[in-house]
Amino acid sequence: MQTPNPSTTADPTASRLASPFRGDPTMARLLAITIAIFVVMSLLKPGLFFTWGNFSSMAFQFPEFAILSLAMMIAMLTGGIDLSVIGLANLSAILAAFVLTAFGPDLAAGGSAFGVIALAVATALAIGAIGGLVNGLIIAVIGIPPILATLGTGLIFTGIAVVLTEGQAVLGFPAAFSVIGNGSIYGIPVPLVIFAVLAVAVAFLLNRTAFGLKLYLMGTNALASRFAGVDNTGLTVRAYLLSGTLASIAGVVLMSRANSAKADYGTSYLLLSILIAVLGGINPYGGFGKVGGLVLAVLSLQFLSSGFNMLQFSNFAKEFIWGALLLLVMVVNGLQFGRTRPRAAAREGGNP
Amino acid sequence: MTDLPLVKLSGISKAFAGVHALDDVSLSVGRGEIVCLAGENGSGKSTLIKILAGAQGADSGTIEIDGQARGSLHPIEAVRAGIQVIYQDFSLFPNLSVAENIAFNDQLVHGRRLVDKRRNRRIAREALARIGVDMDLDRVVETLPVADKQLVAISRALLHDARLIVMDEPTTALTEREVRALLQVIRKLQKDGVAVLFVSHKLKEIFAVCEKIVVLRNGRKVADGPAREFDLASLTYHMTGRHVTAVELPPAPGEGSAELLRVEDLGRGSQFDGVSFSLRAGEVLGITGLLGSGRTDLAKALFGLAPADRGRIVVGGRPVAITSVKDAIGLGIGYVPEDRLTEGLFLPQAIGRNVAVGILDRFAGRSGVVDRPRLSDAVEGWVRRLKVATPSTALPVQSLSGGNQQRVVLARWLAINPRILILNGPTVGVDVGSKADIHAIIADLAREGLGVIVISDDLPEVLAACHRILVMREGRIIEEVGRDSADEDTLAHRLAS
Repeated sequence: MQTPNPSTTADPTASRLASPFRGDPTMARLLAITIAIFVVMSLLKPGLFFTWGNFSSMAFQFPEFAILSLAMMIAMLTGGIDLSVIGLANLSAILAAFVLTAFGPDLAAGGSAFGVIALAVATALAIGAIGGLVNGLIIAVIGIPPILATLGTGLIFTGIAVVLTEGQAVLGFPAAFSVIGNGSIYGIPVPLVIFAVLAVAVAFLLNRTAFGLKLYLMGTNALASRFAGVDNTGLTVRAYLLSGTLASIAGVVLMSRANSAKADYGTSYLLLSILIAVLGGINPYGGFGKVGGLVLAVLSLQFLSSGFNMLQFSNFAKEFIWGALLLLVMVVNGLQFGRTRPRAAAREGGNP
Repeated sequence: MTDLPLVKLSGISKAFAGVHALDDVSLSVGRGEIVCLAGENGSGKSTLIKILAGAQGADSGTIEIDGQARGSLHPIEAVRAGIQVIYQDFSLFPNLSVAENIAFNDQLVHGRRLVDKRRNRRIAREALARIGVDMDLDRVVETLPVADKQLVAISRALLHDARLIVMDEPTTALTEREVRALLQVIRKLQKDGVAVLFVSHKLKEIFAVCEKIVVLRNGRKVADGPAREFDLASLTYHMTGRHVTAVELPPAPGEGSAELLRVEDLGRGSQFDGVSFSLRAGEVLGITGLLGSGRTDLAKALFGLAPADRGRIVVGGRPVAITSVKDAIGLGIGYVPEDRLTEGLFLPQAIGRNVAVGILDRFAGRSGVVDRPRLSDAVEGWVRRLKVATPSTALPVQSLSGGNQQRVVLARWLAINPRILILNGPTVGVDVGSKADIHAIIADLAREGLGVIVISDDLPEVLAACHRILVMREGRIIEEVGRDSADEDTLAHRLAS
């Protein structure tokens, strides 16, 4: 191959270690789609869509599945997938809910609400981390394919959650807890703040740390990263641990918004988070994808969904359109994913 | 040979996006003639083959077959005219048997809807007999060694009354002995009146089998004539456009030079056993052997990929255990793997990242946050030092030629500042000019005091680049020869016998 790959031809003056996604047409297309949806919806329903009320309502809605999508993204960058995110999110939420309800009576006696909430959140994060660690160990140490490993653990997490709650919702949290899901800081919804902080943190982790850069490389070619001295096992375990922890944060936001925890909340979010990740340009074969793309995908789907609501489309039509949008973007991007597949790349590179 | 050539290409030009892949190239192949199409990677060989096979049309020029001129050729017309191309990947069905693969096209041509196994087997047996090969017809093709896959592809090509077989780099994955067998097959084809266009950049084979040589460089024909009018030096000059001089290896280090690595009675499973040798600073040690001789297993053991289970390894005078890649890197051992494309490189990722992967931790410190400006400087420095030809390190590494890709892998390892570098097949799939450059890099490293181990079955390479050569066979080192006391023929004999 003497001619540079046109899709990834980078500006020579671009940052030297910049990912080849810089100036990438996938991102440009996604931005155009997001803006187009926004403009169309604003024109169709100017009095409803293009209002602060709607923006604020959307900003409360999307962070929970956007955080789950971040968790999915981390797993997909390794070339794997994490089907246990929603099960783990609910399990974490339920255990946090137990903490809240167990210590709730103390609050009446004058205990500190902040302390109890902090303990509950810490419990959720710990469960998320442990669940993610289990996923990582099963995948990296035992060597079960990620899709099967996390399908199994996801069912186990949900199963434990059902058994613990007998399928009922856990209710009765201190009032202060609802701030996480429903409060605002200077008019900005707290869930949005949480998502923004996490998105920036994940982007920093992926692009500025040795961990993140190795993750991209291992996701591109695990064999080559092993030969280059990268600890694939440790890296994979840490990636799933991170994915599980992010899932538990999504669980806490979800639980606070609903003011209850239940084993089957947000089950539709699992496939939605995969859809968002792929739509956002995360290469399903691993190794490529940016948080920026993920954010655009989240926004475009939220715009679509809110707009459809206002146009009084049925929910079925909404899912139909989501699916159609995903396939459309995949077809347009098709060639690029094909190109970045390791096997296809090896073939291209091998031929003089 | 009749006066009318079988195939004659005149004034063929072809441009891709304004770049001339071929510029006014003419070529003729007579009946039963063995013609070599030589040239470096990117010289236009592949494009020319595709035009000959009808897979691509030429922008200008004519193709004459049996004296009949045609503007362009459709793939079906090419097959009807008796032109068959065997590409590097052989285009076989890995999940089907030998007989099914050979008879497949026959099945299509005759529009047979039902599979007749006996007929398939008969066709396959006859086709294999034509090249004098005996093979298990029921064996699934993916389980065959590369050389046998190639024979299957050749016999399949012969079925269609082939008069010209084009072989694209047929010897890339073959060992010395298999290459000799292939050349025998080609001579046999010639006796049957089949012409062969042999596409290669391996000089030795070209001289062994070809009657006529056509050399392409940067899309132009730069030489064309009977093989006897060329010699190694002139052919190299035509291919590269420059006089490639033999690499000057620094003198072998003496007794005073520090011993970097000593291996005693090393073994692993049934892969290799009782391996002992030592490596001094400034020394280039060659290890040669056929595929399956244990040469790669030994390298993998030294690099911790598949650790040895017996014997001793002493690095820098200290006995050590190497049970992981991390151990090896910690001891200053780098490894450039055999298969650059799958083991060595992250092909779609930026050149810079491919170099940086080994030093990320060093530039990250304890926080894990990479100091990007400093890392970038280091990476750019190595890319420049190894003369990787690229406008930007942000480009994907798959945009580079084989020789430049290999430099990227070398840059990655040199960046970690190793004391011992193991190179497994350092110039596989690399053209003549880059090969000499890589040998020069190896000599430079030795001059700087590194210990280098070169593993290769390319005998001229080990003879040119190494001070000492260890010969491996069946997992053991059977002989050690100095560079001055060895020659290619005796070495080849030792490997195989």
